[in-house]
Amino acid sequence: MNRRARTTPTTPTAGGAPSTPTTGGAPSTPGAPRALTALASLSRAMFSGFVRDRSALVFTILIPVLFLVLFGAIYKSSSAPRVNVLEVGKVSLLNQAEAAAPGQLHKLLTVTRLASPGAALRDVRQGSYDAAVQQRGSTLVVHYSVASPTTAGVVQAVFSSIVQQADQAAAGQPARYALRSQQVEDKSLKPIQYLAPGLLGWAIASGATFGAAITLVGWRENKLLRRLRLAPVSTSSVVLARIGISLVIAMVQLAVFLAIATTPYFGLKLTASWWMAIPIVACGTLAFMSIGLLVGSFAKTQQAATSIANLIILPMAFLGGAFIPLAFAPAWIREVSYAMPLRYLVTGMQDVMARGDGPAAALPAIGILLGLAAVLTLISLRVFRWDDV
Amino acid sequence: MSATISVRELRKSYGSLTAVDGITFDVQPGEFYAILGPNGAGKTTTLEILEGLRQADRGEVSVLGLPPWPRNQALLPRIGVQLQASSFFERLTAREQIRTFASLYGVGTRRADDMLAVVGLTEQASVRAEKLSGGQAQRLSIACALVHDPELVFLDEPTGALDPQARRNLWDLLRQINADGRTVVLTTHHMDEAETLCDRVAIMDRGAILQTGTPATLVRGLDSPVRISIEPGQLDTAQAAELAVRAGGSAADVSDDGVSLTIATRDPATVLAGLADRGALGGLRVQGATLEDVFLQLTGREYRA
Repeated sequence: MNRRARTTPTTPTAGGAPSTPTTGGAPSTPGAPRALTALASLSRAMFSGFVRDRSALVFTILIPVLFLVLFGAIYKSSSAPRVNVLEVGKVSLLNQAEAAAPGQLHKLLTVTRLASPGAALRDVRQGSYDAAVQQRGSTLVVHYSVASPTTAGVVQAVFSSIVQQADQAAAGQPARYALRSQQVEDKSLKPIQYLAPGLLGWAIASGATFGAAITLVGWRENKLLRRLRLAPVSTSSVVLARIGISLVIAMVQLAVFLAIATTPYFGLKLTASWWMAIPIVACGTLAFMSIGLLVGSFAKTQQAATSIANLIILPMAFLGGAFIPLAFAPAWIREVSYAMPLRYLVTGMQDVMARGDGPAAALPAIGILLGLAAVLTLISLRVFRWDDV
Repeated sequence: MSATISVRELRKSYGSLTAVDGITFDVQPGEFYAILGPNGAGKTTTLEILEGLRQADRGEVSVLGLPPWPRNQALLPRIGVQLQASSFFERLTAREQIRTFASLYGVGTRRADDMLAVVGLTEQASVRAEKLSGGQAQRLSIACALVHDPELVFLDEPTGALDPQARRNLWDLLRQINADGRTVVLTTHHMDEAETLCDRVAIMDRGAILQTGTPATLVRGLDSPVRISIEPGQLDTAQAAELAVRAGGSAADVSDDGVSLTIATRDPATVLAGLADRGALGGLRVQGATLEDVFLQLTGREYRA
């Protein structure tokens, strides 16, 4: 039946193209170096695919940076709330308080004078001013709005202490006790100190999750996964190449964020062990890739994978302290945040980058992230499908 | 010499659906073999089992003397599989695609570039795979399947969505691949493709192989009439019927659909001579039986691709 003996195995030559004789069959390169070249070329292929994907660049780098710039600018001047007060008529208590502690009062209050009580009340109601004060003999009347509970609290506290001090002074008693309040954080803990790690955590989480999920589903959809299965390349080469690329992307995100956040305008001050953020970012990448892998194992189409990944990452950004700093978050969010993998990535980075904790402070976060990565990868392997059918 | 592919009593079902129902066939070294059949006949499942992508439920399969399942690392470098034209890395150029695939097999970039030239894509080397035309993408896909110089090549409906010109170009390439001594197994639902390209054809329907043989043997075995068509208006129906009867047939063998007048006959010489006598050869077409007729005879159904 063998009409055409397999003679010299040459390239089919159509149109006079050069023919290259090879040794026939499988090229006999030793296993380990070939696995390495396969790993290298798969990594190169994935990396080129990523950097040429404008939308991926926008989502992993540009949008997070845009968020950083926006949030950074918004929160730049936010310190203790200043209170804008309308002085209706003459309020001598304010002058007394200013005289007792020069300069102190104006740290808290901005005082504007206004003659008409009616106009003052209207301004407070509309929110143009936080409070209006009027002195009727020995009674100080404070009008405030509860529209902002924080400023309402500050208004009440400030004026009751002014009245108390004035009372004590009138009684001729020197103040025996003094209160000096101080923030526990370093003075440098400006909003950027928690904003930058928070947004970076979110950027890394979504980059890793979407990267893994979309690659897996896309390759399954276009049968590239099947094509790779038909090549003498191990599954681990494919997975390692993808992990490598995701790690590179995450490190680029870290570098870009630090470069921008540490500019004088944003004023991020890195504390001594900031470099521990590198292993945290690496472990966070692994953890979120494993989430993406799991999503990719179930999702049938890239659109489905994108939706599911969004459904996981976006709520987590709010509940895990990335968008809303946990310190300012309601108690229930703080409780829930313990169940959010993103919490450990974000707080881990905050501890070493911004709070000045030592390198060891990052270890629990690293442990939790790695543990999650291991568990989810094991589950993914069980539900993994090469093909749709 | 032992067969390149040997399949015995192969069975595969998905749940209650039997995709492959006990088929047996051999493919010899150097053969160009086609598995032909409509969609859902079980061609792709058969191919996937041969490639080692699926496990057979029952039966014996040997490819190049080795079992393809489980995934056999010794076998993979010796076979080349062409999948759909879209199975590429995203956003890589044609050259980058084939170089990447080449390196998975430990093949150098030079051979990869040569292979690109072989399929006539040197000019498109810097074009991203998504931007290639259907025919170009298909040729790139075939180049990627051949880059490691496999002994055995599987092609799953290689001309699926191509226009006629691109199909013919690809046929030339496929003939070349086989002429170099490779064994080629191809699935197709195009009868003409199997007829033009292949040494042997297995006709498959509903999970079973109905018949195997060379296209010519299968068609000849039919003993079906030759269809002779001319432009209508040159001959009236009575004259055509008279000719058909003279050639040993009946008036029922004549049909006129307004576009052409057709006489089906087992004695084409008599009919052709008669037509020539009347000077009625305008728009003459003579059509023998095709694999399509073989399929019709084997299944009793019109061939539906």
